[in-house]
Amino acid sequence: MTIDESRLDSIIDEYNAEQGSLISILQDVQAEYKYLPKVALEYVAKQLDIPRVQVFGVATFFKAFSLKPKGRQQIHVCMGTACHVRGSKKVLEEFERKLGIEAGGTTKDGEYTLETVNCVGACALGPVVVNNEEYHGQMTPIKVESLLKKA
Amino acid sequence: MKLKSIEELEDLRSGIIAKKDPNKTCIAVCGGPGCLARQCLEVRDAFVNEISAKGLADRVDIRTTGCHGFCESGPIALIFPQGIFYQKLGVKDAAEIVEETIMNDRIVDRLLYIDTGTGRRVKKEEDVPFYKKQMRLILRNNSRIDPHNLEDYLAIGGYSALAKVLDGMKPSQVIDEVKKSGLRGRGGGGFPTGRKWESTRDAIGDIKYVICNADEGDPGAFMDRSILEGNPHSVLEGMIIGAYAIGSNEGYVYVRNEYPLALKNVTIAIKQAREAGLLGENILGSEFSFDVKVNRGGGAFVCGESTALMASLEGKPGEPRAKYIHTSEKGLWDRPSNLNNVETWANVPLIINKSPEWYSAIGTGSSKGTKVFSLVGKINNTGLVEVPMGISLREIIYDIGGGIPGGKAFKAVQTGGPSGGCIPESLIDMPVDYEQLTKVGSMMGSGGMIVMDEDTCMVDLARYFTNFLQEESCGKCAPCREGLLRMGEILTDITEGRGRMEDLSLIEDLSGVLKDASLCGLGTTAANPVISTMRYFRDEYVAHIRDHKCPAGVCRELIIYGIDEESCTGCGRCLKNCPSGAIEGEKKQPHVLDTAKCIKCGICYDVCKFDAVRKG
Ligand SMILES: Cc1cc2nc3c(=O)[nH]c(=O)nc-3n(C[C@H](O)[C@H](O)[C@H](O)COP(=O)(O)O)c2cc1C
Ligand code: FES
Repeated sequence: MTIDESRLDSIIDEYNAEQGSLISILQDVQAEYKYLPKVALEYVAKQLDIPRVQVFGVATFFKAFSLKPKGRQQIHVCMGTACHVRGSKKVLEEFERKLGIEAGGTTKDGEYTLETVNCVGACALGPVVVNNEEYHGQMTPIKVESLLKKA
Repeated sequence: MKLKSIEELEDLRSGIIAKKDPNKTCIAVCGGPGCLARQCLEVRDAFVNEISAKGLADRVDIRTTGCHGFCESGPIALIFPQGIFYQKLGVKDAAEIVEETIMNDRIVDRLLYIDTGTGRRVKKEEDVPFYKKQMRLILRNNSRIDPHNLEDYLAIGGYSALAKVLDGMKPSQVIDEVKKSGLRGRGGGGFPTGRKWESTRDAIGDIKYVICNADEGDPGAFMDRSILEGNPHSVLEGMIIGAYAIGSNEGYVYVRNEYPLALKNVTIAIKQAREAGLLGENILGSEFSFDVKVNRGGGAFVCGESTALMASLEGKPGEPRAKYIHTSEKGLWDRPSNLNNVETWANVPLIINKSPEWYSAIGTGSSKGTKVFSLVGKINNTGLVEVPMGISLREIIYDIGGGIPGGKAFKAVQTGGPSGGCIPESLIDMPVDYEQLTKVGSMMGSGGMIVMDEDTCMVDLARYFTNFLQEESCGKCAPCREGLLRMGEILTDITEGRGRMEDLSLIEDLSGVLKDASLCGLGTTAANPVISTMRYFRDEYVAHIRDHKCPAGVCRELIIYGIDEESCTGCGRCLKNCPSGAIEGEKKQPHVLDTAKCIKCGICYDVCKFDAVRKG
């Protein structure tokens, strides 16, 4: 794929091309493309003057980053402790069944990516599902279908 | 406006206070994580529309605030100056509150909280049982300020501790005060804060860093998020004071990636503080300069650990290193660095303002002040609670938390996150402080408090934490990388009915290795959840291994679902919702479940209104 280098430059400039800001820069790049395209990582490495292996190391170490494109709708099922004791696993399984994918996967039509997270800080409402930044509390398997319909 | 002296700060403050009418009506809508998830912003907008429609915009302020703590009752609004506590609000309630309470000074009864003990409706926040036993030194201000408004923070005395420090206190005096207060770290280990500052101050180096740990990796905890979202300036003020005491000019706030609002609010606060001359060159006209940058985490639990966090701040993968040399001597970029947790920083202005003696009068012998806990799981009143150290678990769970929902029996409470342990019912009267929690095999940790009832399987929980830690292990050291993998396999075997009695001693051996040989705190504490559940709930392990039974009915391989003919009314709910077509039956006739087709998803059990679905 081709990337818009000027857009990447403006992200990098925002952090004064500081090497210490690598993670923040990658986060902004990911926000732009919804994942980290390989060419973008190579470009960032060049501009920050750090070895590519370090950039790829960071991009693969942290859970927040993905080297694969994600679906238009991102469904995050919280698997934090508070949600776990209230049955988040059943909710996740229902999503897996309904979407026909496993956690971490994307549906063939590129519509949904299903992911697990370890706590989104809304524990009081557990089990919590976040769909494109919208929080859904007190989730149960039977609420899954209507959430998918709305989404 | 850039403030150039302490006098200018105080003038500004008096100006703000004089301008504010303490009797002016204010609707403070909670915008904390729990309420946000319940569409509180729509409720807020409804208030705004209603107020302007009634032409009251000049007479009434509407404030969107940080977390008020009582998430269970959200969306929440407080009406000042009376302090009326309205809860579980919907968009439609705004009009009634404006009409009745704001315009006619009448209470809308149906929106008040009902005290489950007395059955009476409670009008004021401080009379709600959830709040009554709390001591909200840190959290209280959340409902009194708009986190995006520096003036609000100044009006409640914000940055006066900084002014006091810059007005003639020597750095060593500041350190002495913090030492005398007895403040200990709120992020995990409970290290004395004053001593940590002193060693960073004494360390050799021109450039030193001050860092705020807002990574909050403990799944099930959201205290730090709420403080940073609701009162970011209090954290900054603590950091500026710390930097002055330590002799640092550069600071970082490391915020968890999953907390976009905390990131936004602290970024705004830093900008405001900089513009006001509270951060940057020559703070308040003094010789002291200090500035703060914000960095985002990448969703790795291990990055909450000090050396991993610093590696990540350098733009590297978050792998910890051995700490033969402390980070106070060689931390970020190999320079002396002082890392404290969000809540630790937020305590600092209080200590300076109110005196170390005042502070150390709160709490127990070795644990001073208050602690914020996130009270979640199987508990009636979920939310954030701030209590004096030394309060008993029973008071937190029953008096504040309102006990266990659905008439179920309390089983255990988990504190300290994945590094902590489970405390059983027999110890519920123990006081909560650093030493006591460690003594019973758990730890204070950052403040997650997850309550569990009879339906929680302790072996499954041990497996849950082990799997969590195994996934989060950075993989640098073998004991943690391999040990947790094996531990997870053993626990999975037990929960799936393949366990052997010898496994129990194997787990104990493995735990010893993890503790002694791991590189960082993740590995050395990783066995705590397993060891503590084995210590207090050994019979559950034995039931899984010997009898192939899961007493709590959680472990799928060990349970079978069935429908009780007598109780089944044939309503068809289970049949309709069963994803695998395992249920059959005519309307109004008892249904039958085909165990061969059953995938044990548990949906029928959850949807049945007549308790006809049984697991055994
Ligand atoms: C695996 C691991 C994860 C940690 N996560 C956090 C965290 O999320 N937040 C935090 O404040 N401290 C965390 N800590 C503790 C920090 O290493 C450090 O002790 C603490 O931030 C120091 O601040 P304090 O003295 O104010 O508590 C973690 C420690 C370990 C070993
Ligand atoms: S545990 Fe799910 S939101 Fe915290």
